[in-house]
Amino acid sequence: MSAALTTPKDVQHPIGSDRGAPAGKRHYGTHIFLITMAIVWLTPLVWTVLTALRPKSAVDKHGYFSLKGAYNFDNFSKAWRQAGLQKYFINSLIITVPTVILTIFFASMMAFAVSRFTWRFNITLLVMFTAGNLLPPQILAAPLFEMFKHTPLPYSVSDSGDLLNTYYSVILVDTAFQIGFCTFVLSNYMKALPEDLTEAAMVDGAGVWRQYVSIILPLCRPAVAALATLETIFIYNDFFWPLLFIQNGDRLPITTGIKNLQGQFFQDYNLIAAGATITVIPTLVVYIALQRHFVAGLTLGASKG
Amino acid sequence: MSDLPLVGLPADTRPKRTVTASAGKSRKVRRLNGRDKLVLGFMVGIPTLIQAVFIWIPMLLSVALSFTRWNGLALSDIKSNGLQNYKFVVQDYPPFWPAVQHNIIWLAFLALVATPIGLLLAVLLDQKIKGSRIYQSIFFTPVMLSLVLVGIIWQLMYEKDNGLINNLLRTANTPHAIDWYGNSSINLWAALVAATWRHAGYIMVLYLAGLKGVDPSLKEAAAIDGATASQTFFRVVFPAMRPINIVVVVITIIEALRAFDIVYIINRGTNGLELISALIVQNLVGEGQVIGVGSALSVMLLVISLVPITIYLVRTFKKVD
Repeated sequence: MSAALTTPKDVQHPIGSDRGAPAGKRHYGTHIFLITMAIVWLTPLVWTVLTALRPKSAVDKHGYFSLKGAYNFDNFSKAWRQAGLQKYFINSLIITVPTVILTIFFASMMAFAVSRFTWRFNITLLVMFTAGNLLPPQILAAPLFEMFKHTPLPYSVSDSGDLLNTYYSVILVDTAFQIGFCTFVLSNYMKALPEDLTEAAMVDGAGVWRQYVSIILPLCRPAVAALATLETIFIYNDFFWPLLFIQNGDRLPITTGIKNLQGQFFQDYNLIAAGATITVIPTLVVYIALQRHFVAGLTLGASKG
Repeated sequence: MSDLPLVGLPADTRPKRTVTASAGKSRKVRRLNGRDKLVLGFMVGIPTLIQAVFIWIPMLLSVALSFTRWNGLALSDIKSNGLQNYKFVVQDYPPFWPAVQHNIIWLAFLALVATPIGLLLAVLLDQKIKGSRIYQSIFFTPVMLSLVLVGIIWQLMYEKDNGLINNLLRTANTPHAIDWYGNSSINLWAALVAATWRHAGYIMVLYLAGLKGVDPSLKEAAAIDGATASQTFFRVVFPAMRPINIVVVVITIIEALRAFDIVYIINRGTNGLELISALIVQNLVGEGQVIGVGSALSVMLLVISLVPITIYLVRTFKKVD
């Protein structure tokens, strides 16, 4: 960490007077440090992709620590088909899509009611919503597990006869956990919208629901888009709830299912690397495709209205 | 894990509150007619019900179960057990104190290493520097990954004979090869390095937003007064980011308490990687199904977690009102 300690010196330049000066000249130290860090940061990713692209035969012959031998996508197709990532991926979709929609739907209603109207416990409830989201989920593990185990469901809905081992269990709890965060963000956003907007609509006779659906919600589009992007990634990346509720390997989403690659294909690191790479791809696609919303969300406040 | 959403956006929507002041007061519900009240009741009622059923009530049940002995089968088997579970955990449960120690180390490492790296990266990248955006994307990429994936990717780095690190050290396939994840005296640090890889990028994003929010005239004034860059940063810019600083402190503490996925994927939180969160799960899904003991651990974690959560909530909502 000595590099970390010394670098601030390299940054030294009077920020005020440096404005017109061309950037770069005084930043050698900074660049050296940043490039070093960037290499360190990229190494695990590059190593993973590299390992994934090399077939087991090439590794057996030349060893892992080598660039020699063939490169192909065999590990990917093996992970996708034989190791079951395809199935896990579909499960991830089945869980993520409804969860994100439900979360945003409920959170936006709650945020609307909390931020656009004053009533007795509105702030108290908002505080409790926000707090719930910050708890370590493991705290709720035992009671939720037992609650679900003791919730009888018809066998036509769940082959376990209760809520365990179903997609519902994960969707419900993920939704509950994320509502707090989304309510918090959206209520801040809605609070900043001028009062006159809904005031005028009310004079025109628009009910509460109309105000929510036709006025407030459309104006929240940037925040909703940013939240939906964020939540998609959060839910897709969730490991714990499926681990707790779903014992049937066929129903696991990919983030939890990938742990089976370790046991199932002992020491086939090429396959594990391919699995890891496949699992990352959707997240990166979402991020890159919706980066605009992401950046919009992040810079919303920075412009200071 | 679903991350610590805490900020992604709220920190950034904060400056918007300056607008709030001029937006006027919210309306009183009293002025609404019956139908509107009903609609509003529904809009509040459903989300609140969901929170109550899946978060608040289980939380209370956790507390209740911690005073009982139960095997998880019939509800009639639940027997009162007083404070025995707590006594057992503290006195006779071998992994408990190591877990507490590991959680503290986890927090210290994130606070003293990972978070400062994130801050440093943000400060460097906030300058008008060439390729700033590319650097930002690189450091941000691990933040998009789940901690499980981080654990797996680093396993490929740490593997004893096939991992990159031992090969670079030239110890692979020798008796000197270090088993980074398997050796109980170093695997905690190995896991922490992997966690830092992700945490630092997260903190960087927060501080980049925070630095953008600092009024540039503050820096200019400091420069005119002859302050050096480090003086400007530590005496002017850093204190001006107080709201973000608090969020970062809270995130760091909560991340340390929530740490679970990465140790669970390595070895289920055993052999040097015990954490309170992992012990809870071991007691729940393990053979014994000692739900009372797991709940006692949950309650301890809950009480500790409430400290940073309360600090955060008080700070945040005091300003709103």
